[in-house]
Amino acid sequence: MITFDAVTKRYPDGTTAVDRLSLEAPTGEITVFVGPSGCGKTTSLRMINRMIDATEGKILLDGEPVQGIDPPTLRRGIGYVIQQAGLFPHRKIVDNVATVPFLLGWSRKKARDRAMELLERVGLDLSLAERYPFQLSGGQQQRVGVARALAADPPVLLMDEPFSAVDPVVRTSLQDELLRLQAELNKTIIFVTHDIDEAIKLGDRVAVLRVGGQLAQLAAPKTLLSEPADDFVREFLGRDRGIRRLQFVPTAGLPLRTDLTVPEGHDGTADEPWLLAVTPDDRPVGWISKDRPGQLEQFGTFLYGQDPLRSALDAALLSPSGHAVAVDETGQVAGVLTRKALDQAMMEAADG
Amino acid sequence: MGDGPPTLWEWFARNWQTGRVGSISDLLGDHLLMSLVPIVAGLVLALPLGLASVRWRWLYQPTSGVFNVIYALPSLPVFMLLISVTGLSPVTVIIPLTFYAMAVLIPAVVDGLGSVPDHVRQSAVAMGFTPLRRLVQVELPIAAPVVLGGLRVVAVSSISLVSVGALIGQGGLGMLFTRAYQNPFLPPVIVGIVLIVLLALVVDGLLVLCQRLLTPWVRARGTS
Amino acid sequence: MTWLTDFFGDPARWSGPDGIPVRMLEHLEFSVLALVLAMLIAIPLGLLIGHTGRGGVVVVVSANLARALPTLGILVLFVLLLGTASIWPVIIPLVLLAVPPILVNTFEGIRGVDPELRDAAYGMGLRGGQVLGRVLVPVALPLILLGLRLSAIQVVATTTVAAYTGLGGLGRFMIDGFATQDYSSVVGGSVLIVLFALVVQLAFMLTQRVTVSPGVSQRLKIR
Repeated sequence: MITFDAVTKRYPDGTTAVDRLSLEAPTGEITVFVGPSGCGKTTSLRMINRMIDATEGKILLDGEPVQGIDPPTLRRGIGYVIQQAGLFPHRKIVDNVATVPFLLGWSRKKARDRAMELLERVGLDLSLAERYPFQLSGGQQQRVGVARALAADPPVLLMDEPFSAVDPVVRTSLQDELLRLQAELNKTIIFVTHDIDEAIKLGDRVAVLRVGGQLAQLAAPKTLLSEPADDFVREFLGRDRGIRRLQFVPTAGLPLRTDLTVPEGHDGTADEPWLLAVTPDDRPVGWISKDRPGQLEQFGTFLYGQDPLRSALDAALLSPSGHAVAVDETGQVAGVLTRKALDQAMMEAADG
Repeated sequence: MGDGPPTLWEWFARNWQTGRVGSISDLLGDHLLMSLVPIVAGLVLALPLGLASVRWRWLYQPTSGVFNVIYALPSLPVFMLLISVTGLSPVTVIIPLTFYAMAVLIPAVVDGLGSVPDHVRQSAVAMGFTPLRRLVQVELPIAAPVVLGGLRVVAVSSISLVSVGALIGQGGLGMLFTRAYQNPFLPPVIVGIVLIVLLALVVDGLLVLCQRLLTPWVRARGTS
Repeated sequence: MTWLTDFFGDPARWSGPDGIPVRMLEHLEFSVLALVLAMLIAIPLGLLIGHTGRGGVVVVVSANLARALPTLGILVLFVLLLGTASIWPVIIPLVLLAVPPILVNTFEGIRGVDPELRDAAYGMGLRGGQVLGRVLVPVALPLILLGLRLSAIQVVATTTVAAYTGLGGLGRFMIDGFATQDYSSVVGGSVLIVLFALVVQLAFMLTQRVTVSPGVSQRLKIR
């Protein structure tokens, strides 16, 4: 656990970068620092590994004040990932990753073996190991940066806007990769970003900081969206806050109708205005309208119990029937979430 | 005045304008000629070669290779070898200095044009500039600071290098050094060094002034 | 051409205290001595100033000023002031003139390293000396070597000029030949120095090839 206890950073010119910041970043969770530029998020992060020293207050690493630890020793026990990856251009990828193990005195073979293992773990082709950084794409370099930070298996990882320099498609895949890694590794991660969507996607807890280095709100993403502490947070969260909240509402337990499915080639005559045609092994084919029998209309699906309500709403809006098709992991139809049931679920979500 | 060796200042005053060949003012004039001609000629020759190297990329490697080698040649033996072609004249000094100047200026022109952002070049094309107008009105002005930076290096080193020519009797103010060595006497050396350094500083200052006048946007960005 | 065959064909040129081998070794000795002394002064100073960032302006200004100094004048000045009892009155100015290119390029090389890289190095727990030795120097190496090469070119040329003030070396063939109108000696000596300078240049290019990481020079093709 990382504890900020009334931490202040003032510069000699009088500007206050961080103002009496107190918060806890629990072990094994991702805590995101987010805010506009000048809010002191990066300064706060860099005070943890003493790249910057706090003016007042204490930062504790599992109860021990970092101010009492020799900086290089402290830093070797904390993984550090920065925006441009900061790879050493004169060293091969594998040697870049092995940097901290070498510093810690591991043998060459052990350090390199560990590096190869990590490259694989962050999803890089091992043929890249013998290349130099300039031969890699930005996204690949960033993965190497993460592997390098993990090399000595530090319990804590500091990530300073690590994905902000890559294009949106690559960024999304890096974010997914981080969540997958975190599910395996359970590190204590502090992640700094200016992108509120990234904060909400990655954070177990999100700390919103305002200009001048004050904590505006510290909460789980869902709470942040439903109960912003003040106008600043509300504005920073931006548009579509309501819809984005549905991201955190589960679909497990929603009532499904199982009486609306019919085999392929059904003539469409029924009391219901819409029926779902399925294959013999229960895969969805299309909606059949009472008014236009013999014609298949498009449909949308969501993974029942795992996808959030937002996905169910999306699936409903993709179909002229207004109903969402719930499927299980194998892609077989679990049932139909009707517009009515969806309305009910959204009403309950709005009530909190 | 009168007894004992003359002081530095007395020596300088007595030898500044003697009416005979070899007065300090004469030497200063020679020195200016022998250093300014290579600076100007070097620039005039380096511009087209640099432009050609940008236009035809394959040209740059051999060109810069050749000039790298030329730059590594010590001036004195080159002067000596040229004597058999050009005789004992200022040209013997001017030709090698011109080549040294080109060795610095060609890469400066290439780097300068390389510093033109691609989006600027593209938008000039899109606005319908012909290649020549684009070069003159857009690319060369943007390249100017880098080229002028190279020119400053060339100017200062040419002015100090001319003095080596004294060893073949063509050294401008450098003649003061050989004169002082043959007839062991300190004032000419000191006057020579001071005048050469001053000359270099003045020319460098003029080039800085040029740079400010030619590229006002560079300064504006610096101060705002 | 006959000058060249006269010079290189004469067996007397190849022996004795003013023979080609001895003059060649002298030239090498003075050049190496001056370059090594200049390195010992300029590299640590350049690393220190580049790493701490203090005193950079002084370095750049003094290096520009040093370029304006006429080598012949400085040599004559030192010899007139200190006499010709030993080689030091000549070696000292050689060293002085060799320092600025090394100093300024080492300084610029270290200072020019991407701040992100420096940040990453400290962030991973490297100590100051390790950051300098394991990251900054390898990345700045092309510029440091450029400084050494420029300095070596300068030293070879100045050693030649220094023959005028009584120093040995290959310059003697030219200076003495010029004084006695022995043009085979002038041309032969000039060719020897040109060859010498080219060999020095080549040696530095090879050194650069061998010591600079391909990741820094980006010589490898992206596969």
